[in-house]
Amino acid sequence: MSRLHVVSGKGGTGKTTVAAALALALATEGRRTLLVEVEGRQGIAQLFETEALPYEERKIAVGPGGGEVHALAIDAERALLDYLQMFYKLGGAGRALKKLGAIDFATTIAPGLRDVLLTGKACEAVRRKDKTGRFLYDAVVMDAPPTGRITRFLNVNDEVAGLAKIGPIHNQAQAVMRVLKSPETAVHMVTLLEEMPVQETADGIAELRAAGIPVGGIVINMTRPALLDNGDLDIAARGARTGIAKALSQAGLGGARRGGLAERLIDPLLEQAREHAERVELERTEHAELKAIGLPTYELELLPEGVDLAGLYRLARDLRKQGPI
Amino acid sequence: MTSDDMTLDASPPWLEVDALLDDPRTRIVVCCGSGGVGKTTTAAALGVRAAERGRKAVVLTIDPARRLAQSMGISELDNVPRQVKGVDETAGGELHAMMLDMKRTFDEIVEGHADPDRARAILENPFYQSLSAGFAGTQEYMAMEKLGQLRAGDEWDLIVVDTPPSRSALDFLDAPKRLGSFLDGKFIRVLMAPAKVGGRAGMKFLNVGMSMMTGTLSKLMGGQLLRDVQTFVAAMDTMFGGFRTRADATYRLLQAPGTAFLVVAAPERDALREAAYFVERLAAEQMPLAGLVLNRVHGSGAAQLSAERALAAAEALTEHAAEGADAENLEPSGIVDHHNGKAASGTAGGPSPAAATDQVAPTSASAAQLAAGLLRLHAERMQVLARERRTRDRFTALHPEVPVTEVAALPGDVHDLAGLRAIGDRLALNSAEADD
Ligand SMILES: Nc1ncnc2c1ncn2[C@@H]1O[C@H](COP(=O)(O)OP(=O)(O)OP(=O)(O)O)[C@@H](O)[C@H]1O
Ligand SMILES: Nc1ncnc2c1ncn2[C@@H]1O[C@H](COP(=O)(O)OP(=O)(O)OP(=O)(O)O)[C@@H](O)[C@H]1O
Ligand SMILES: [Mg+2]
Ligand SMILES: [Mg+2]
Repeated sequence: MSRLHVVSGKGGTGKTTVAAALALALATEGRRTLLVEVEGRQGIAQLFETEALPYEERKIAVGPGGGEVHALAIDAERALLDYLQMFYKLGGAGRALKKLGAIDFATTIAPGLRDVLLTGKACEAVRRKDKTGRFLYDAVVMDAPPTGRITRFLNVNDEVAGLAKIGPIHNQAQAVMRVLKSPETAVHMVTLLEEMPVQETADGIAELRAAGIPVGGIVINMTRPALLDNGDLDIAARGARTGIAKALSQAGLGGARRGGLAERLIDPLLEQAREHAERVELERTEHAELKAIGLPTYELELLPEGVDLAGLYRLARDLRKQGPI
Repeated sequence: MTSDDMTLDASPPWLEVDALLDDPRTRIVVCCGSGGVGKTTTAAALGVRAAERGRKAVVLTIDPARRLAQSMGISELDNVPRQVKGVDETAGGELHAMMLDMKRTFDEIVEGHADPDRARAILENPFYQSLSAGFAGTQEYMAMEKLGQLRAGDEWDLIVVDTPPSRSALDFLDAPKRLGSFLDGKFIRVLMAPAKVGGRAGMKFLNVGMSMMTGTLSKLMGGQLLRDVQTFVAAMDTMFGGFRTRADATYRLLQAPGTAFLVVAAPERDALREAAYFVERLAAEQMPLAGLVLNRVHGSGAAQLSAERALAAAEALTEHAAEGADAENLEPSGIVDHHNGKAASGTAGGPSPAAATDQVAPTSASAAQLAAGLLRLHAERMQVLARERRTRDRFTALHPEVPVTEVAALPGDVHDLAGLRAIGDRLALNSAEADD
């Protein structure tokens, strides 16, 4: 079973939501999970309706099965200062470097370094043990960058090894890569049943595989029930108009005769049905495409009222019902 | 004012898209917004519309979907605008499109501003290679560079710019500044010091603090990386001023009256929250906001029927169907259809009611079921509508001054000129209505 779950996907498909639901789903029977974010957007705090997260692990929720979810917003700059302090006792120099703009340089401009720091912190949490030698967190879930950047982000080693051939940054990158390429890690892709996100998912998975990074599952988010399909439309096309008008009228929606209230509903209702059927058809194609990738898939329904805290727990339950992820 | 009376008639001013595109003073339109909301699609649709209304337009897209890029003939990354075929040029306009290649753009800057030897040294430097391939912000910076170049060329009368799928919608405003503050900062002088003053001999001119600093850096980064960075910085030295000047010029260009920002958002809480944030930021930077494009909005031709009534009716029909049609006195449905058939000729592509031949007419039970399905679908649609309206109203309450246009969600994906035209029509629809 993997212990580091990295959640990626096209922008806006629900990475943050799914990562949070997964952290909750994994926090069962006394298990403890850590949910981390790396893009400094405070998405977790917004989702859990708490104040902004500091650079500090803190408990933010209790899992549906009695476990604990902790959260951390990783900040590259703080991670670097910590790191300098931890390994080099460079507290003072760290501050001087900061004044110079070196920390800024390292965390925003220098290619790869930022990613080494962010992934490094997450991997450190994965490997951290308590006094009894048990892992402190049973699982770490990362709300990761989107598909377009995920391979570069995780494949820091390639990036940094080409630059820093020796030295602590090099060593740190190597250590991070060992975790990221081990079966301890699984990258999950969140997608919608739409052309672009599915395409990006397929491309992203191919890229991750080529880089030797283990891919976990595909989470199909915001699915909607197919209320009608082309078959029903065919029936409508073949002359159910009058029948429908009568049915509508009988249900109290006005007269069924031409120009009657119920009759006038038919065109717009059929138009909506046509659009719906077109989407259902598209979704079927995209679904088949995702299945063809050959990874486990999980489905999460579109919550009509959006995702509040209760909705998040519901998504966590739905994930758990679909087996281990 | 309570939020309740805000929502009653809080309709914002319409964004007059055609007026904006037709105005010869409009030279740059920037489409920005959070991830996946339709920035690239909107930019491309505006380009098509502007060209077909007679302007010589160029669209600078960033990472368009493959099929969209193909439909505009820019599937290869060659970093120069290409003319888009299939655009109606009868009004005297043209459309050109290009897809940003950030590495190529960076390389061109180096090649254009350094002598050949120096340029080669930079291009071959491993640190440069990583930097140009994508430090956080290169794409944003290069998009602004490219915009500056296109504008300076003065070949087009309208430039429509797409913005990168950023970590945050504001990154493309911040990235050039970040690079600028690095270039102006002390750190770069530390990096350059040894190379400039001439290696070890020069070290004694540096104060102790600085040499300690380079020592620390060397320890941290490894000697090789530090040397690469130093060589790079030294080679780039003469160009830095140019970077800075151009970044400043582009920034001023974005503030100029010929520029119009369009914030694109989906009618969802998060996207609109970012849009609101963006609107405030643009104001703070004194950048001209033209309005908000609310993309992928749902509508209904039967909005008079509420979700509640539709659901109740569906419920009643389902019960009826369960009881069995013969228990009710619905007539067989075919009879009336005869005189109905010819009047209601189907719309293009839709199921044609004219084909109503009675031998296949369903039983009334299945008609009831079908009707129930249509009603449930409608209820779902009305709920979506209500939610989108609430989110929109919240934005409008915060920013009543921002003109808005709405673009309906098309049922399929947008990846050809016809699709872009359809989006363009919808972008401009509101202004047409306002004219009536
Ligand atoms: N299953 C769902 N049902 C309803 N709404 C959902 C669902 N999943 C996500 N959402 C909503 O979709 C929006 C985008 O979700 P989220 O922020 O998790 O996406 P993201 O991929 O993290 O976005 P970004 O790329 O901006 O980081 C949010 O408003 C969220 O509440
Ligand atoms: N009005 C619309 N109706 C239907 N589909 C749309 C509409 N607008 C955009 N789309 C689709 O939504 C998807 C995302 O659009 P687009 O790529 O333009 O977004 P973007 O903001 O540029 O995304 P990114 O942040 O990833 O660059 C595409 O598949 C596009 O075809
Ligand atoms: Mg997110
Ligand atoms: Mg885009």
